[in-house]
Amino acid sequence: MIWMSVFFDLAIGTLTQGLIYALLSYGVYITYKILDFPDLTVDGSFPLGAAVTAVLLTHGFDPYLTLPVALAIGATAGLITGLIHVKLGVRDLLAGIVTMTALFSINLQIAGSNLIVERAVDTIFTARPTMAVIGALPLIYRKLIISLVMAVVFKLLLDSYLKTKNGLLLRAVGDNSLLVTTLAEDKGRLKIIGLVISNALAALAGAVVCHEQRSFSSTMGTGQVVFGLATVIIGITLFKKLGFVKGTTAVMIGSILYKASIQAAISLGLPANLLKFVTAALFLMILVVGSRQKGGLKDA
Amino acid sequence: MLELINISKTYNPGTVNEMCLFEGFNLDVPDGEFVSIVGSNGSGKTSLLNIICGSIPIDTGDVRIGGNSIKKLKDFQRYRRIGRVYQNPAMGTSPDLTLLENMSLADNKGRTFGLSAGINRSRVAFYREQLAILGLGLEDKLHEKVGSLSGGQRQAAAMVMSTLTPVDFLILDEHTAALDPKAAETVMELTDRIVKEKKLTAMMVTHNLRYAVEYGNRLIMMDKGRIVLEKSGAEKADLKVDDVLKVFTDISIECGN
Repeated sequence: MIWMSVFFDLAIGTLTQGLIYALLSYGVYITYKILDFPDLTVDGSFPLGAAVTAVLLTHGFDPYLTLPVALAIGATAGLITGLIHVKLGVRDLLAGIVTMTALFSINLQIAGSNLIVERAVDTIFTARPTMAVIGALPLIYRKLIISLVMAVVFKLLLDSYLKTKNGLLLRAVGDNSLLVTTLAEDKGRLKIIGLVISNALAALAGAVVCHEQRSFSSTMGTGQVVFGLATVIIGITLFKKLGFVKGTTAVMIGSILYKASIQAAISLGLPANLLKFVTAALFLMILVVGSRQKGGLKDA
Repeated sequence: MLELINISKTYNPGTVNEMCLFEGFNLDVPDGEFVSIVGSNGSGKTSLLNIICGSIPIDTGDVRIGGNSIKKLKDFQRYRRIGRVYQNPAMGTSPDLTLLENMSLADNKGRTFGLSAGINRSRVAFYREQLAILGLGLEDKLHEKVGSLSGGQRQAAAMVMSTLTPVDFLILDEHTAALDPKAAETVMELTDRIVKEKKLTAMMVTHNLRYAVEYGNRLIMMDKGRIVLEKSGAEKADLKVDDVLKVFTDISIECGN
């Protein structure tokens, strides 16, 4: 029955991945779904979080404190894209590309090169406070529990933010920015707020991934925007008929489903070199199905 | 008093499409006046509203409210004192938010949009009351997304939202044009009541000559960026739709339309 336990471990691992990357999906949900802003900064802010975390961990920094640091530095990346778009008047897509491109070099400057976090160094999954609470469990369960807690906590935080006055206004910006102007509020300022939150979450996801796989690589950001977009569209398409499922919940489940389908493809013998190709094909399929459903609703 | 002083505006300057819309344009609107503005397409009616609200920049001249220039203020800053309803019912509301969320946003205009609860439960009764006045049954649709309401319902809601907080000016940009006759009538009557009750200074662009004649205490007809007909007070009260239509047709014939 060894194959069963291998399969079980793989399932736990995939679920953990889905939950960690849900943090990134929340970020893309804010920009793409709520703000209607296709933000490519994420491809740079995700590895930015990982780079900073890798460096801090190797220098003996408290593992838990790397998380707020990643949030803050990701927020800064979002702020820069926001300022480029709002203050310099660069188009949304291009503003993100500018920051993303610059971040590639910045990430290498921060980390030096690809960086491995040694086994001896504690991460959020092995640090003393974690061990004191759930130390009796094997590592893969500790990873699962911490990822689950983070995915749920940030989902709830985001949900409650979206119910505040500021959150309502943020939703109105993506929906009808003219209304926001007529309400005597600066829509540019709100777009910046959205980008700040989104990239803070992307960098946080990068940080947790760095804790989980104990490494930073300069190319780990490639394709993260596509991943985020795919999970948002999967989640929203699957759950939009069910009014009681919140957008954030839908996106979290979308993230898990996406990681599961990629894992399934690899397990079925997909060569790693073809991964991005399959990702693109899957993404295309999701886009077409998503827009078909939309069109169907319009015709009805 | 709202003053437009010596306004000049040229679209696409220096190109073959150059078009001078306003040249030395002047207009005073005293407080409490309800001005109806009519004119053919391209006569500058909507541009006039956009210049007041800061949606389009002017080349020269000045816009003043109460003697103070607002030329340097950005559009969103000007809207602190201005409410506006657009031709397209989709523009005055946020379709993905519920009616209650839309009303709450409008109710907070001029205050900080911070991290306190977006919906103030203690105001719900007030919102219901304001919507009930419309007689469209909107008070029972507070939890529905505004996008699912009809155009007339959305426009009526937008009308209520635009004046939920104290504003001095109400700008109406063909706000009944996209509605069916009955809904248009409802929204127009509501407009008149709100303007009178809240003692607002209002400027209404319309293609409906009957509304222009029937409502408000001043009528302006525009053509090619100039005022070609202006009636106020007793003259306006005696004005007939046919009189306005005659001037309108004469201008159109001159233009060869």
